[in-house]
Amino acid sequence: MSSMPLASSFLQSEDFIYVLYIIAFALVIQGLRGLVGPKTAVNGNRIAGLGMAIAVVATLLMPSEGNWALIAIGVLVGVIVGVPAARQVKMTAMPQMVALYNGAGGAAAAAISTLEFFVLASGNGENAVVSVSLVLSAIIGCLSFAGSIIAFLKLQELMTGRPITYPGQQIVNGLILLTILGLAGWFVVTLGTMPVLAFVGLLICALLLGVLFVLPIGGADMPVVISLLNSFTGLAVAVTGFEINSTLLIICGALVGASGTLLTVMMGKAMNRPLTNVLFGAFGSGGGSEPAAGSGGPQQIRSAGADDVAIMLAYASKVIFVPGYGMAVAQAQHSVKALADQLEKRGVQVLYAIHPVAGRMPGHMNVLLAESNVPYEQLLDMEDANPEFSTTDVALVIGANDVTNPAARSVKSSPIYGMPILDVDKAANVIVLKRSMRSGFAGIDNPLYEMPNTSMLFGDAKASVDALTSAVKAL
Amino acid sequence: MILASVLTTNLAILVLAGFVGFIVISKIPNTLHTPLMSGTNAIHGVVLLGALLLIGLPEIGFPKLDAFSQALLVIAVIFGTINIVGGFLVTDRMLEMFKTKPKPQEQGEQEPAGKDGKA
Repeated sequence: MSSMPLASSFLQSEDFIYVLYIIAFALVIQGLRGLVGPKTAVNGNRIAGLGMAIAVVATLLMPSEGNWALIAIGVLVGVIVGVPAARQVKMTAMPQMVALYNGAGGAAAAAISTLEFFVLASGNGENAVVSVSLVLSAIIGCLSFAGSIIAFLKLQELMTGRPITYPGQQIVNGLILLTILGLAGWFVVTLGTMPVLAFVGLLICALLLGVLFVLPIGGADMPVVISLLNSFTGLAVAVTGFEINSTLLIICGALVGASGTLLTVMMGKAMNRPLTNVLFGAFGSGGGSEPAAGSGGPQQIRSAGADDVAIMLAYASKVIFVPGYGMAVAQAQHSVKALADQLEKRGVQVLYAIHPVAGRMPGHMNVLLAESNVPYEQLLDMEDANPEFSTTDVALVIGANDVTNPAARSVKSSPIYGMPILDVDKAANVIVLKRSMRSGFAGIDNPLYEMPNTSMLFGDAKASVDALTSAVKAL
Repeated sequence: MILASVLTTNLAILVLAGFVGFIVISKIPNTLHTPLMSGTNAIHGVVLLGALLLIGLPEIGFPKLDAFSQALLVIAVIFGTINIVGGFLVTDRMLEMFKTKPKPQEQGEQEPAGKDGKA
């Protein structure tokens, strides 16, 4: 903050506003700390929200030219769009929503930087710090915006979730990246006074790269991509903070960047694949899906009826549900809870085992099960769940595939070799609810389905679970 | 005495905030990762402040905003607002679901088990 020609009152003094900013970021951090457990989380989120509200008010206190009409229009439209969306979005659609939010943040950062560029271009060249941060914020913002839109389209199934590849993809992406770096260099050297057309070209290249870098990434890798885009947006906001010299933007951007980065790394670890492989491996594209070594096509696969499975479940002492993306697609979370209630009524212990990358974003399954009122204590992480399987009578796999594939433990040639999995095969009986024998997103055969203790229950996950519930009830 | 420049001060803030972020967020359990992401969506909505600062600050030495610049800023305000308002609301909605349900009005004693205590 430089001089303050209009500051006449204490409320508008720079120090006072700065103190409000300090309170704001302290509240945001304290609010994030609340997310350590579900009991403190609700308040935590509200504390962070309060912090943000204070920050907005403080900013509006600053002496300004008073373009209040513009501010009012923007905020009003934002509220009209944002509030109903937040209230109505289905929990199964959270990955899409988060993707859109990531994109919106990136776009806002890019818009601010574009505006700043036109101010620079219109004469008064700026210093190097502003130029560097401006061009970085524009590039990262555009990348995040375009990438998030593609991620949204894939998650919303407006386009195929399978990887889209073409020959020379990496080379094209590399060339675009080089062009971006070249233009960015030019921008910095001229301290932001490069021709408008060149800057527009830079923005277009960044948008294009965002699109092209998400296209080849398959649906099952979406948890990584969403986390990464989250961290990009945080970074773009932090860099925007350098550009306009705002401490609060830097701090909040850094927090989000750290969160996104941490989640990206955790997701990568949960798949045992380096980030480069996720981003550039076009995992699960049509070309690489030869049948895994050792398994020669369809073998003995036992298909069971709902009645048989219901008996098995009803007379078990411990059952573990293993939900996956299939449960989200079928919107089966409430049916699953109803089945669990029936079983618990009969004295069966019911637990849920959740793989870190089950679903399309970190924590996706947990939110769906929480929505259907499954108690938090029954949701087990992979580390807690795996020791339980050996004492489990029935593991009921609901629309999960690759995260239960034992080939990840033993078959060195398997593309998912080394990925930590849920050891459902150690349970006495395994029931797999699945629409068909089509392989999962990764296009890998799952030897679990051919094991002697496994039975398949084909059909839509919701319909199958409902059938099980009524069959258990009838016993 | 050597005074740090604005740039180095800001860099120090960035690095410290990054470390704080890593430490705080590494304690958040997998179960709450989706609300964490939507919550961080709301936090990066702070970019709204950038737009608000630019929209009417003569002190940065801005010339009058033309229609195009105004449009850009209004877009940034809209997206920032959506991020903040939508992000916090949807996170709140989600986190309410994680609360143990039997008595929605009175939490506290009623809630069984749970390993986390308030620090």
